[in-house]
Amino acid sequence: MSEAPKTCVLVLMSGDFDKAFAAMTIASSAAAMGLDTTIFFTFWGLKVIQKGNLTGKGLFGRMVGVMNRGGIDRIGPSKFNFGGIGRWMFKKMMWDKGVVSLPNLREQCILLGVKFLACKTSLDVMEITEEDLIPEVTAVVGAATMIAATENSQFQFFI
Amino acid sequence: MSEVTPDKTLDARGLKCPMPVVKTSQEIKSIGVGGVLLVIATDPGSMADIQAWTKSTGNELVKMEKVDKEFRFLIRRLK
Amino acid sequence: MSEEPQKSVFLVMSGDFDHAFAAFTMASTAAAMGAEVTMFFTFWGLKAIQKGNLTGKRFFGRMVGVMNRGGIDRIGPSHFNFGGIGRWLFKKMMKDENVVSLPELRQQCIDLGVKFLACNTSMDVLQITLDDLIPGVEAAGAATVMAEAQQAQSQWFI
Repeated sequence: MSEAPKTCVLVLMSGDFDKAFAAMTIASSAAAMGLDTTIFFTFWGLKVIQKGNLTGKGLFGRMVGVMNRGGIDRIGPSKFNFGGIGRWMFKKMMWDKGVVSLPNLREQCILLGVKFLACKTSLDVMEITEEDLIPEVTAVVGAATMIAATENSQFQFFI
Repeated sequence: MSEVTPDKTLDARGLKCPMPVVKTSQEIKSIGVGGVLLVIATDPGSMADIQAWTKSTGNELVKMEKVDKEFRFLIRRLK
Repeated sequence: MSEEPQKSVFLVMSGDFDHAFAAFTMASTAAAMGAEVTMFFTFWGLKAIQKGNLTGKRFFGRMVGVMNRGGIDRIGPSHFNFGGIGRWLFKKMMKDENVVSLPELRQQCIDLGVKFLACNTSMDVLQITLDDLIPGVEAAGAATVMAEAQQAQSQWFI
């Protein structure tokens, strides 16, 4: 049974700007090449698909919601962020070189049919609800669903 | 064939991913091939996960239903 | 689709609590779904399979053994650890949400037959011996892992 198209599965655990950019670039390329592509966002990676509002219910949840606030415009590079200056700098350098912006790249993934899956357990632990996520998220699932997607996959990436 | 009586029940209520699937895979070994396992879970993620598990392992998901806050899965062991 | 079981290989290089959690979750799930799973722990990843005693033979080895002390209860999250407060916080939040604990999740992997391999070279460099690791771990080199990876349908680097 090899009639089904090969899939490409990415697990994005990092919430950094540069890692998210790499993940979205790979995902959009894979989708553009005809691979059925899925990105499973877990833990820090949820920041990339959050709307950007404050999250959390209890004291610790809200504390984490402030320190680890999500939103695609808010995330910074894994190194040299310097409280936000690095993020501004890298965005400017990308703009100057005509590189697509991260929000646009995410939009491309969505348009290309990349499935966005959110990790249920991470959402629960960090007290983030589905309403805190962008509406384009395909589903909220567990690990087994993600592993099942890898069974016919050509590539798997953990970022 | 509306009523299938399970040979065993796995109470996975309160368990969060990956435990529902992990426990199911262990529990299914304790019933014979052709036997039926009833799994009761409360983790909403288990809906997609148990389906994925039965498909991957080649077992049959006889019935899946949501009763209040519980998700009930009737699984027949095929191998 | 062939009758042969799927094979999955995980290279775990991170010694962080959250990464270890993701690795053991994915490995146990894959094993629960019938795959033959191998986890290869290298460098910082060794912390997740160390018993937790002090390690090292010579001066620098013992220095590293103190600064980089292993043990599954000791490792902290990759962000917001704040000297251990973050680790406590995340463990508490997980417990409140009924999420399985990391030691228990690791045990689930072992119970499901996941193979644990430890990187020979990392052990030598960090002066960690097999006795410093939990029982059931075999030492292996890159060739062993790459051979397994070639046979595997999925390979993960964490």
